[in-house]
Amino acid sequence: MSTHTGHPAQQGPEPLDLNDPRLSRFDIVQEGARRDDIEIVHYEPQVVAGSKAERRLTRTVAMMFLLTGAAATAFLIIYIWWPWRWEAGRGGDKWYTPLLGLTLGVALLGIGFGILTWGKKLLAKEVSIQDRHDQPGSPEDRRIAGETLLYMADELGVKRRPLLGASLLAGLLPVGAVAAAPLVGGLISNPHKNNQMFTTGFQPQDGKKIRLVREDGRPIRPADISAGGQLTVFPGIDGGVSNKHADSPTLLIHLREDDAQKSRAANQRKGHGDYMWGNYVAFSKICTHAGCPASLYEQQTNRLLCPCHQSQFLITDNAKPVFGPANRPLPQLPIEVDEEGFFVAKSDYTETIGPDFWERP
Amino acid sequence: MKRRKFEVAALPAKTAGALDDRFQAATPLRKVLNKVFPDHWSFLLGEIALFSFIVLLLTGTFLTFFFEPAMTEVVYNGSYAPLRGTPMSAAYASSLDLSFDVRGGLIMRQMHHWAALLFMASIVVHMLRVFFTGAFRKPRETNWIIGSLLFWVGFLAGFTGYSLPDDGLSGTGLRIASGIMLSIPVIGSWLTSSIFGGEFPGTIIISRFFIAHVLLIPALLLALISVHLGLVFKQKHTQWPGPGRTNENVVGERFFPRYVLKQGGFFMVVFGVIALMGGLFQINPIWYFGPYEAWVVSAASQPDWYVMFLDGSTRLMPAWEISIPIGDGYVIPPLFWPTVVLPGILVGLSLMYPFLEARRLKDYKHHNLLQRPRDVPARTAAGAMAVAFFIVLTLSGGNDVIADKFHISLNAMTWAGRIGLLVVPPLAYYLTYRICLGLQQHDREVLAHGVETGIIKRLPDGRFVEVHQPLSAADGHDGHGPALDYVGWVVPKKMNRLGALGPAIRGFFYPIEKPAEAPVSPGHPPVEPRPEREEIGSGESRR
Repeated sequence: MSTHTGHPAQQGPEPLDLNDPRLSRFDIVQEGARRDDIEIVHYEPQVVAGSKAERRLTRTVAMMFLLTGAAATAFLIIYIWWPWRWEAGRGGDKWYTPLLGLTLGVALLGIGFGILTWGKKLLAKEVSIQDRHDQPGSPEDRRIAGETLLYMADELGVKRRPLLGASLLAGLLPVGAVAAAPLVGGLISNPHKNNQMFTTGFQPQDGKKIRLVREDGRPIRPADISAGGQLTVFPGIDGGVSNKHADSPTLLIHLREDDAQKSRAANQRKGHGDYMWGNYVAFSKICTHAGCPASLYEQQTNRLLCPCHQSQFLITDNAKPVFGPANRPLPQLPIEVDEEGFFVAKSDYTETIGPDFWERP
Repeated sequence: MKRRKFEVAALPAKTAGALDDRFQAATPLRKVLNKVFPDHWSFLLGEIALFSFIVLLLTGTFLTFFFEPAMTEVVYNGSYAPLRGTPMSAAYASSLDLSFDVRGGLIMRQMHHWAALLFMASIVVHMLRVFFTGAFRKPRETNWIIGSLLFWVGFLAGFTGYSLPDDGLSGTGLRIASGIMLSIPVIGSWLTSSIFGGEFPGTIIISRFFIAHVLLIPALLLALISVHLGLVFKQKHTQWPGPGRTNENVVGERFFPRYVLKQGGFFMVVFGVIALMGGLFQINPIWYFGPYEAWVVSAASQPDWYVMFLDGSTRLMPAWEISIPIGDGYVIPPLFWPTVVLPGILVGLSLMYPFLEARRLKDYKHHNLLQRPRDVPARTAAGAMAVAFFIVLTLSGGNDVIADKFHISLNAMTWAGRIGLLVVPPLAYYLTYRICLGLQQHDREVLAHGVETGIIKRLPDGRFVEVHQPLSAADGHDGHGPALDYVGWVVPKKMNRLGALGPAIRGFFYPIEKPAEAPVSPGHPPVEPRPEREEIGSGESRR
């Protein structure tokens, strides 16, 4: 079959006799296209049958498919026999996933490029033109559709029998509410149950003050932190060091003498005169912006940085936000040392912990 | 009795006949097989999203066989020694098992993650293509809206999936998400508490995200994608202007056999690239992050790329709090504006854009031909402005990393972002507008005076001029051909594009058909009045 350049099929009503034995298969295809308002205006094989170019392309495509077979086989062999379990140190396992990816990728790319080459290089190029037929329906058709819909409304007689419409509505509305009720009722949860948004694990239990403990649960003596040092502390209660009390992690800082004086003065100004114990100060670690732990403490400037959105808090000035998007200071935990010499919280935080919200007083 | 001979050769035809008897498939099948699709490399961007989605479904189903969506506390006892004995949630432990104790689980996890990133990236690039070429205009506004929704639903799919492993990084993301929900005025605390089942983090959020991630959101995506494709099929694809191409026809290839082969091959290529990435490029190594603990975070905590612009907007937002002194006092925290209001505006703007533009231009006609971005400077410039806005925000989402790597003050980076967000987009608008006008002018110049040849001629009076090769044959009176009209398509600007020099190396991005050779059917009069116009559309050399 050589070049078929659109010998334009007659526009007139002269359908091809498909039973004509002289018709080639392409003629039939072209007739089918014509019936769909498609004209194949250009159809040109890219390679001559039996030519060197065709043999070369055929070999290329075949090579790609064979490459796929080889890569897929390699994938299976690696999948089954390569050592894959994680071992400390340099195990062969670290090559397992890359080798799987490499072989799987090559296998898929082989078949992909094989098909692409087959389609793009060995098949005839064509240019076909199809009518869009995206005109809207004729005015008559539109009218008929509209009238049919209105006729249905007439038949139902919604206008003549208003009671039906009203009662249907009255019946359906509660049904809709019924559909929503279990979802809303099941999911809804009062955020202010047990005053949970305003309390933390440091809330004294049965009049007993809560100790500050480390991550491993051990209580802390003042001597445990050197000047300029800091420690993340938790309420010494059951589950205090867990996500159950995600609002309780606190940063206990041992300030240097001059910083401590500044801090004390700032505390006095705010009416938090007794919140510090000696040169020790404790602030909530939960950022008041979006709730990340504000955990990067810069000793030199006494700034605490939240790594999520870069809010910065000045520890010596009641942890006031000095840069970034946070709008309120980190709450301060009033601390003291109990008779056994361990840090305790005098009371719970007096301000709300964590991200801001509408009804925060 | 004679046994009827069983003819194997007639079997396909008989089966096909039997099927058509029952389902009347022959005629609709012919229509589908014959359907004509226009071809251009930029029409394949959306396909990448579709194919990534298929890979996502395949790999995601595999992952569900092993993942345990529970926040029950367990003690890890798997192969990865550094975390052995650590208490963690069952979700995190099973994600670790997927990475270390399920054979081939890690590559599936990584392919799933890479496919998700590719899905979102190809949606964005596809959207830019549709925007800059005006493919969203009537009658395709519905599909533009569905496409925009696909981005946001994909965003949700990505975020819920990213949160599932319950590792240190994703837990921090979840914490921020809870902060964002809390910031919504009036209902914030109730909404957060209802979604998390109490105070953050609660014990149920992973299970809820799981069912959203594996059932609700994929179902929604699947429905939207089906309608999206169905509408492309029904409304037929747009096409670039060119020889024989009009607003009323589609010029291209029939669906079968060549087009469908190319699609199939392309799917395997996308699949293959995802497999290579999933195997060779590590992504989200959750075992380094540890389980989520509310008090642990590290610097350089960045979300996936498509969330970074919101992270950036959050970082740039000044600490403006609105207090309402009624009763005990109420606040609207600054977090509300960049994370709830901004995305809301972006969704609204993108959904409305086709209608806004149609209203501004009073253009309510059908458009099936695409526009070159340079021909619509206002739209192109607006698009560039949006892209600039997005880039400033995305860079700001990683400003701590930039500050660290380039030894810049972090505060300076924040200020650069704040000022940049106000200055860069208008600048991008202005520059793009001017570039569009310049390109338009150059097109007209070439049409009027011809292509620069690089040959310098000295005139008798001593002046030097460059010889131009006119695009149309000289008609006698001034050595120039008649001035050609611009027809909305590429104007050849190099001699080899005219065939006057050796062929250019065939570009990857050029259309494969040779428009100059495409005869115009008598039933479809050419777009241009003169036949030599066909050369304008020439996408490549003629020898």
